[in-house]
Amino acid sequence: MNPELGNFALALACCMAAGQAILPLIGANRRDARLMALAPALAVGQMIALITAFACLIHAAITNDFSVQNVAANSAVSKPLLYKITGVWGNHEGSVLLWAMILSICGGAVALFGRNLPSALQARVIAVLGGVAAGFELFCLTTSNPFARVWPAPLDGQGMNPLLQDPGLAFHPPILYTGYVGFAVPFAFAIAALIEGRVDAAWGRWVRPWAVAAWCFLTCGIAMGSWWSYYVLGWGGYWFWDPVENASLIPWLTGTALVHSAIVVEKREALKIWTVLLAIGTFSFSLSGTFLVRSGILNSVHAFANDPARGVFILGLLALVIGGSLLLFAIRAPQLTTGGLFSPVSREGLLVLNNILLCSICAVVLTGTMYPPFMSLLFGKTISVGKPFFDATTIPLAIPLMVFMGFGPMVPWKRAQMWPVLRRLWWAACVALVALVVATFRMRDILAVLATATAVWVICSSIADVAERLRLFRQPLAQSWQRARSLPRAVFGAALAHAGVGIVVLGIAGMSQAAHRIVEVHVGESEMLAGDSWTLTDVHPAEGPNYSALVATIEVRHNGRLITTLHPSKRTFASQHQTTTEVAIHTNLLADIYGVLGDKHGDDANPTYVLRLHYNPLAPWMWLGGLIMAFGGALSLSDRRVRVGAPRRAKTVDVVVVQ
Amino acid sequence: MTRKSRRLWLVVACMIGLGSAAALTLNAFSSNIVFFMAPSQVHAKPPPADRTIRLGGMVVAGSVRREKVKDSPVAIFDVTDGQAAVTVRYEGILPDLFREGQSVVAVGTVNPDGTFRASEVLAKHDETYMPKEVAEELRRSGKWDPRFGKAPDAASWNTMTAADTPKKPATQTPDGN
Repeated sequence: MNPELGNFALALACCMAAGQAILPLIGANRRDARLMALAPALAVGQMIALITAFACLIHAAITNDFSVQNVAANSAVSKPLLYKITGVWGNHEGSVLLWAMILSICGGAVALFGRNLPSALQARVIAVLGGVAAGFELFCLTTSNPFARVWPAPLDGQGMNPLLQDPGLAFHPPILYTGYVGFAVPFAFAIAALIEGRVDAAWGRWVRPWAVAAWCFLTCGIAMGSWWSYYVLGWGGYWFWDPVENASLIPWLTGTALVHSAIVVEKREALKIWTVLLAIGTFSFSLSGTFLVRSGILNSVHAFANDPARGVFILGLLALVIGGSLLLFAIRAPQLTTGGLFSPVSREGLLVLNNILLCSICAVVLTGTMYPPFMSLLFGKTISVGKPFFDATTIPLAIPLMVFMGFGPMVPWKRAQMWPVLRRLWWAACVALVALVVATFRMRDILAVLATATAVWVICSSIADVAERLRLFRQPLAQSWQRARSLPRAVFGAALAHAGVGIVVLGIAGMSQAAHRIVEVHVGESEMLAGDSWTLTDVHPAEGPNYSALVATIEVRHNGRLITTLHPSKRTFASQHQTTTEVAIHTNLLADIYGVLGDKHGDDANPTYVLRLHYNPLAPWMWLGGLIMAFGGALSLSDRRVRVGAPRRAKTVDVVVVQ
Repeated sequence: MTRKSRRLWLVVACMIGLGSAAALTLNAFSSNIVFFMAPSQVHAKPPPADRTIRLGGMVVAGSVRREKVKDSPVAIFDVTDGQAAVTVRYEGILPDLFREGQSVVAVGTVNPDGTFRASEVLAKHDETYMPKEVAEELRRSGKWDPRFGKAPDAASWNTMTAADTPKKPATQTPDGN
């Protein structure tokens, strides 16, 4: 009964989304208040319907309803409850439904929190979101229905890939998808603005919080995904430049550019056309990234089943959404007025540089990701590009980006002098130089040295920025405290986010110095790595809920003092004939000690075990920095200006600027 | 600053940004592209010793041997595409999904003596997964058509001709670990 209810709710949501896409648009064009008022109601209704549908699917998974094909293919009675729930979005059908549900929640959020928007703009934004949602709900209903039944129902399901049975991965997709889908809101604002033919400071101010929120989720999602591959895959790596990872990095790069260029629109009414294009581009990249990869067009380990009908539907939908929005952009963009003037050395100038560099990095990553499939499609050559390619192209572009990032927040708007800025940043520059010198002696790779120095520079300059605004150490602390309380939270948010980038880069630079050894030892033997002595003291079998495991005990000692005891293990899942490796990690926040248990060799009387031992300096900083970045974004979202200051549109309709 | 000079400045900045991106990309493409090769291609035209390639094929059943060099385990196995076999030496832990008789992709360089020195061995996600390149290569050599069932036992490949396609689905080879 419940799956049918879910199916009905999904179909209902699809119909409501179609209505949401059409009626408010007509209403906004005719200035019909009643039709426009339909928009929030339909958006909330669609949200409730999809949440119901999703709840039905979760209910089917929890109650082991194997007559539902999706549950039968991906779940099993013996699976722990948590993974029964999270397994719902661990497959193609469920993840599309999750995607649609998050999109409908975005629509609902615009309806509920966007009450201060002009009603025509709100109606159009909700209509655009409804159009996109209708397309994907139709996709869900026609080609990948999660509620499809099987008859006869099997007694037990086929179970889930054990690699996916992990708490990190369980919550990773919803967060990542919220990031991807969240950029639908700036996209909808951009389309609405193009239909209206009007982009102004108020528009920038409305768009920015949505873009920042989506950016926070995407940042968190990428950091979690990277962390997952670090501790689950057991290769000691954190980023593999796999198409799926790149598909999340590309919208992150353009999204970061969008978050910054929207500031210029908000403060100076410049870069308007570019910001609209970025909003369209970011959502297009997240859309095509998720669905091209999931549909198996890009050769990836993450690809779900490859079904031509799905591929055609998705390609059609992508062409419609992306092509349509770009066409609208081409027609309407010339009508948008260009904004204020500024000199190259100014806040705007630096933000433009930020955009250029971020988009260059994005172009490089996009080229590296798309080149192999194109080569195999056009010339039948199978090639691949990996870490060396991306290292050689992205890092040289990221280093100037980081250098300018240090100056950015300190430089005044419109027109600036370099000298006062340099005077305030001299100590940050000195610290960075010291870091450069120290790194030169400690690291072999020139790019790692430069990355370390610029990361230190970014962290110090964001501290300098906040200190400067508080007039710290130049006046009594009590007064600084007063200033801190009156300073907008967005300032702290931006400084934190920038410092977070520096911390991530320090982590990456530290990881380039990681050491590892692969050894084959008897129980009781010791090996040396990075100045520590690693001893395999014991290996014993253990039983888990749906697997059997072999657990090793490794004692790590530094100069005879016990640092930690690691328990890496190898699990064998009988139902899927699959083994997984459970990594043991000990961290002191400055370095990770990382042990992996490999194969057992030799006879049972005198077995040897293969161990992989890693010493990863600064590894936790990569994820810590990611979280700090997301936290910085959230902090600037909690700014008073976002909460209360409802932007008012200027009364003047169009200011014609004569060149 | 006039509008025209601002525009000029923007264009120059964009050109520098995208120009350097293009230059970096081309430079990296010339040295960092990794080509995929099947064992028969490696035999026919061995790549230079400093060139990293991806070698793909099936692990020949019964070919996996292990040695120990200075406390480090070395796995040695043969990879075949049905026409030729290349011996791969890999210092490290073979992935969980590595099996004899199943497909594998090894990343590394070809030694002057014709053996392959792998820096990375990939056998991904589940036992039915076959890397696209490997499947393509097997189809081309006429050894296997995925429409007619599972891949045949890799032990038979070097002696098999394109004519005797498998009559029955190949038996699962026992776990190589």
